[in-house]
Amino acid sequence: MLDVTSYVIDDNKTGNHQLDVVVSGIHCMSCVKSIENKLYSFPEIQTARVNMSAKRLSFTWSGDKEQGNYLLKAVNDLGFEAKPYVSDAVEATSKAETQALLKAMAVAGFAMGNIMLLSVAIWSNTDGQMGEATQRLFYWLSAIIAVPVLAYSGRPFFRSAFKALSQKQTNMDVPISLALLLATSLSLFELFAKTGAKLYFDSVVMLMFFLLIGRYLNIQARGKAKSAAGDLLSMMEGTATIINDDNSHKTIPFKEIKENMLLQVTAGEKIAADGIVEDGYSELDTSLLTGETMPQETSIGDNVFAGTINISGPLKIRVTKAGQNSLLNDIIKLMENAEQGNARFVRLSDRIAKLYTPVVHTLALLAFLFWYLIMGVGVHQSLIYAISLLIITCPCALGLAIPVVQVLASGRLFKKGILLKSGDALEKLAKTTTVFFDKTGTLTIGILKLINKNDISKEHIKLAASLARQSTHPLSKAITNAYDGKFYDLKIEDIAGHGLSTKWKNKAIKLGKRDWIDFKDTIAPNDQSPELWLSIGKSKPIRFVFCDDLRQDSKEVVSNLHNRGIKTHILSGDRLAVVEKIALSLGIKNYQATILPDKKADEINKEKATGAHVLMVGDGLNDAPALTSANVSISPATAMMITQNAADIVFQGDKLFPVLEVLETSIVVSKLTKQNLALAFIYNIFAIPLAFAGFVTPLAAAIVMSTSSIIVVLNSLRLNRNVNKRLNS
Amino acid sequence: MIALLYLIPITLFLGLMGLVAFFWSMNNGQYDDMEGAATRILYDDEDDNEDNKK
Repeated sequence: MLDVTSYVIDDNKTGNHQLDVVVSGIHCMSCVKSIENKLYSFPEIQTARVNMSAKRLSFTWSGDKEQGNYLLKAVNDLGFEAKPYVSDAVEATSKAETQALLKAMAVAGFAMGNIMLLSVAIWSNTDGQMGEATQRLFYWLSAIIAVPVLAYSGRPFFRSAFKALSQKQTNMDVPISLALLLATSLSLFELFAKTGAKLYFDSVVMLMFFLLIGRYLNIQARGKAKSAAGDLLSMMEGTATIINDDNSHKTIPFKEIKENMLLQVTAGEKIAADGIVEDGYSELDTSLLTGETMPQETSIGDNVFAGTINISGPLKIRVTKAGQNSLLNDIIKLMENAEQGNARFVRLSDRIAKLYTPVVHTLALLAFLFWYLIMGVGVHQSLIYAISLLIITCPCALGLAIPVVQVLASGRLFKKGILLKSGDALEKLAKTTTVFFDKTGTLTIGILKLINKNDISKEHIKLAASLARQSTHPLSKAITNAYDGKFYDLKIEDIAGHGLSTKWKNKAIKLGKRDWIDFKDTIAPNDQSPELWLSIGKSKPIRFVFCDDLRQDSKEVVSNLHNRGIKTHILSGDRLAVVEKIALSLGIKNYQATILPDKKADEINKEKATGAHVLMVGDGLNDAPALTSANVSISPATAMMITQNAADIVFQGDKLFPVLEVLETSIVVSKLTKQNLALAFIYNIFAIPLAFAGFVTPLAAAIVMSTSSIIVVLNSLRLNRNVNKRLNS
Repeated sequence: MIALLYLIPITLFLGLMGLVAFFWSMNNGQYDDMEGAATRILYDDEDDNEDNKK
């Protein structure tokens, strides 16, 4: 049972405890209800609520802190995998930012509605029925509403524009801020000067409202970046025990380990540095390096690496490389470099913004000069024309073109259990030419299953399961999973690295490796599959064969990729024979076996150097550097947190189909984005000359510009239909 | 036209109340789970859970 007491939040006033968890497997309200009702059936529960949109559960209970473990287990037993949720500072600030935007939007909306109320009245005054005093009153009221609202809702734009200008650059917010401030100042001036000219408070407020909508969508699409290298680094915090020359033991932090020290590593402990085994015999969990959960035997003279876990027996290790030089540190450095490289990826929308704003500013200035100097219509009118130009070219549609589609795609994928870290992932995914797959846990389900269950008598399975149930060895777990029913109560001896033995009905029972079971006839096949042997007394031992199945649709997905002309590779830390078999059955021509994590990243960089655009799909800790080095990466939700953080996209479930789904989605997103940009471009082609020629008032500009934004949004809504069409064809 | 003198302030006041209500509902976390809220109305046992505990 998972111990989550370190995640529990205590309320000192009421004495209650609270736990927040992320839950996967929620499809609909009945899932939510079954979780909540189950929790409420416990008397100590105070509140329990599932947030269906975010797939999070938060519950509070009175009494013991440890009770939280049982409550969480109850949720897991229902079939929903629940893990503690830690919200970090990045997430908190982004939530605050989003809320601030929504508030600014609400205020702008309120102002827009009320000022329009007054403006429509003024516009209806075609035959002068409204007295001049009333008209002035309405204008003053508009001003009183507009100015504070501008100061409040305009802040996101002003702040961003100010930041850019202070760095001697411009961004999309500079012309917007300029238009807002100019229009307001001009209108205020005309109001005080009582010239009776038309005022544009309504345009200003309407502009802000629609821009804020675009802004909000933009933030949703950006997502948050997580540094996975940092996570890996924190894995190597801790203390180790060294044996001095006089055989005394000392505990020192990992950082202080140096070459030639002798480390004492007990069962269950993490190995802190690269070295050679001087004494002891044990099994290691080398998943960091090979991605395999099958323990590797290790004895005197073998090389071991930092980050691997010692499973069964104590070892004495002579350090060869420590700290900075260890393999783990190489991996971390690789990831840090790759992450920095990724940060240089400039979004398409940012690139467009760089070109667009100087052009817009120049045009507005030209318009003003043209009308003032050449046409001679006076400062006021020239300014109006310039402002109209600024408003109509306002990059609303442009600013929306990309994020809207990305946000829609994100939401659609989330419903299907695919999590996008940010909209950029889609942009990067659409260009994929080559896919690298990890084997275990990616192409395969990653769980060992007993496959010759039907060839073994139920009695033998029961016996084996009774022996296996207390062992944490992956093969033992597979046997225990294959058996439902009562177990025998046996006294079991665990011989590290070999197997389990016991006495039953006066016979010696052994469950373990082939060499350890006294086995005279060696006719049994050795096809390299994971196996365990059960021997009962002197009778012929029984073979248990295991296999890590390919995902149901791995073959389909791979052939689909081939049909599109996408090249595929397998990179695996497992043995050649196993990798070859899978590569052949899937039709993948390029494969590499027994490959170390840094070499995986090397392969990807090599491919990238040939101009290919690489997608990496992997789940192991040993895939993290490769995931970060690839152009874009995907990992299953069964992966460790570190690996999930390294990937751009995470998918749930035991099918490989999500990889295809997200690839299709990214292609449709790319198409729609291009259409939206084209629409925005065409709109500008017509709008700019019209505004320049003076046919557009600021109000008309605001309306037309908003319409173009709406058209872009409507076009983006075709996403769902288009992706469905492509997937079904 | 006298009517305008009290009608306009009333309009603005009502609009402002709407805005305040929106701010309150946002701070109250009512927008955090749109999907859940939408389907929760279909279930009758919401109140049972709340009553049993408080």
